[in-house]
Amino acid sequence: MKIPQLSIFAENKPGHIAAPCRILAENRIDIRALSVADTQHFGILRIIVSDPKRATEVLEAAGYVVKPTDVLAVEVEDRPGGLAKILSAFERTTINIEYMYAFPFGHGERAVLIFRFDDPDAAAQALQAAGISLVAKHELFEH
Amino acid sequence: MTLPSPDRQLTYHPASAPDFVPTPLLRKLQLERVQAIVAHATERVELFRQRMQSRNLAPTDIKSLDDVGRLPFTTKADLRDTYPFGLFATSMRDVVRVHASSGTTGKPIVVAYTKQDVEVWTSVMVRSFAACGLHEGDIVQNAYGYGLFTGGLGAHYGAEGIGAAVIPISGGNTDRQIMVLKDFGATAICCTPTYFLHLIDRAAQLGVDFKALPLRVGVFGAEPWTESMRRHIESATSIQAFDIYGLSEIIGPGVAIECPCHDGLHIFEDHFYPEIIDPDTGAVLPDGQEGELVLTTLSKWAMPMIRYRTRDITALIHGPCTCGRSLRRMRRIGRRSDDMLIIRGVNVYPSQIEAVLLEVEGTLPHYQIILTREHGLDQVEVQVEVTAQVFSDRVGTLEALEEKLADTLERVLGIRIKITLVEPQTIQRSEGKAKRVIDKRGQT
Repeated sequence: MKIPQLSIFAENKPGHIAAPCRILAENRIDIRALSVADTQHFGILRIIVSDPKRATEVLEAAGYVVKPTDVLAVEVEDRPGGLAKILSAFERTTINIEYMYAFPFGHGERAVLIFRFDDPDAAAQALQAAGISLVAKHELFEH
Repeated sequence: MTLPSPDRQLTYHPASAPDFVPTPLLRKLQLERVQAIVAHATERVELFRQRMQSRNLAPTDIKSLDDVGRLPFTTKADLRDTYPFGLFATSMRDVVRVHASSGTTGKPIVVAYTKQDVEVWTSVMVRSFAACGLHEGDIVQNAYGYGLFTGGLGAHYGAEGIGAAVIPISGGNTDRQIMVLKDFGATAICCTPTYFLHLIDRAAQLGVDFKALPLRVGVFGAEPWTESMRRHIESATSIQAFDIYGLSEIIGPGVAIECPCHDGLHIFEDHFYPEIIDPDTGAVLPDGQEGELVLTTLSKWAMPMIRYRTRDITALIHGPCTCGRSLRRMRRIGRRSDDMLIIRGVNVYPSQIEAVLLEVEGTLPHYQIILTREHGLDQVEVQVEVTAQVFSDRVGTLEALEEKLADTLERVLGIRIKITLVEPQTIQRSEGKAKRVIDKRGQT
């Protein structure tokens, strides 16, 4: 149920996020979700793509440093308390959320949360124990 | 440190014989040669003659090697001032070759060789390669630049002289270098150490495993490099890395070479007489003390150099080497006296910054030091390329890396330096000497 996410180092300068995205477009690789963490000097572009293996190849060939990480995707109910219900699954655990980001899913009526945990396996177990189902990778790319 | 085994000592190359000449004989030879070359320079070089006269010195005043310390120094400025041929000591009829340095400021400096000088140069390069364990049957990829730079032709003649097959590929065209290394089965390579690091990186990107190649010896020179770079090079490949020292003003590469003990570089003292001086006072320092290396060419006729100030900081090592060579050794050059940066009054050497990067990151990333001046105050920024080893998807990890680098640098240098992580492949790669420092202080 773990989903491979790719992270790319980018300087905090105009055009530095666009360039890797263009390389992916040229190679017909679909970006399903994206988030940018930025500081004053640099940014980290995090993406979930249709073909992570090929994306890594083409980005590395272009000179980028690419880091794969496993993340978890959880569908969130679009009503008050939807997010709180998911987060409560971790309340009595030592599992840490490193970061998270959300993106619309389906035809914009649903939302998926991407979680980066320090221990994704333990997190997946905790979510399942709380009756929260994970979204599989292939579901993210179904239109 | 790898000491030569007894077996290896039995396999010394015959070309190395002059490296083992007994010390008293070597000193006698040096004195005879220095007397002859000083007489030649006094007779033929106007600038040198004037300087001897102003000191009331005649060539016959050189009665012992200690008297060398009475002779006037020659500096790089002398070579510039007499550009192009003012220090030639023979007519152009006797000159068979000229080389020139890529002067970073203003005019280059020009050096000349007679046929005999080229033979001497070849002989010291043959002895250098012999000390690195090369012999007939080796395939030497010579990636030093061919042309006015002495590195290319110097290494070429030496490699041919020892009977190796030379691939005169010259510098640059990295992908082709890697293809040729692999396809021609080179067993040795000559280039600058930073260019070899670049070859290692690029080979990894191309999926070429350096450890699987027959390459076993690397002869690296033309710029200062460090022990930590050697460890990095030797762990990423299966080569033994040797430091070679030389400079165009003296002859080119082949002034000094490491032996397999890797404990200092043996100076070919039968052709180059070394002294260590205090760079501020010019006083000669005893063996073991650190100072500026000064060299006198003992057998170079087209352009003798008397007490040439190299600007390289080193020390002569007292005592014999395990390999048995009687030639004195110098510590490898960690820095040049003109490499030193003075930042907010603090002396900083690029090699110190390099050592910290290597210590913190585990491997040496590509980096560049940028100096600017803001409101009259020197500012230093070290740009460091992010490598796969240190990159993380977590902001905190990268910020912690920046901070650790800045903290360690502060501990070593005593000043705070701004660290900026930059994207891979953004710092210009050198195909010759690496340009590590960009000093913009004159412009701001």
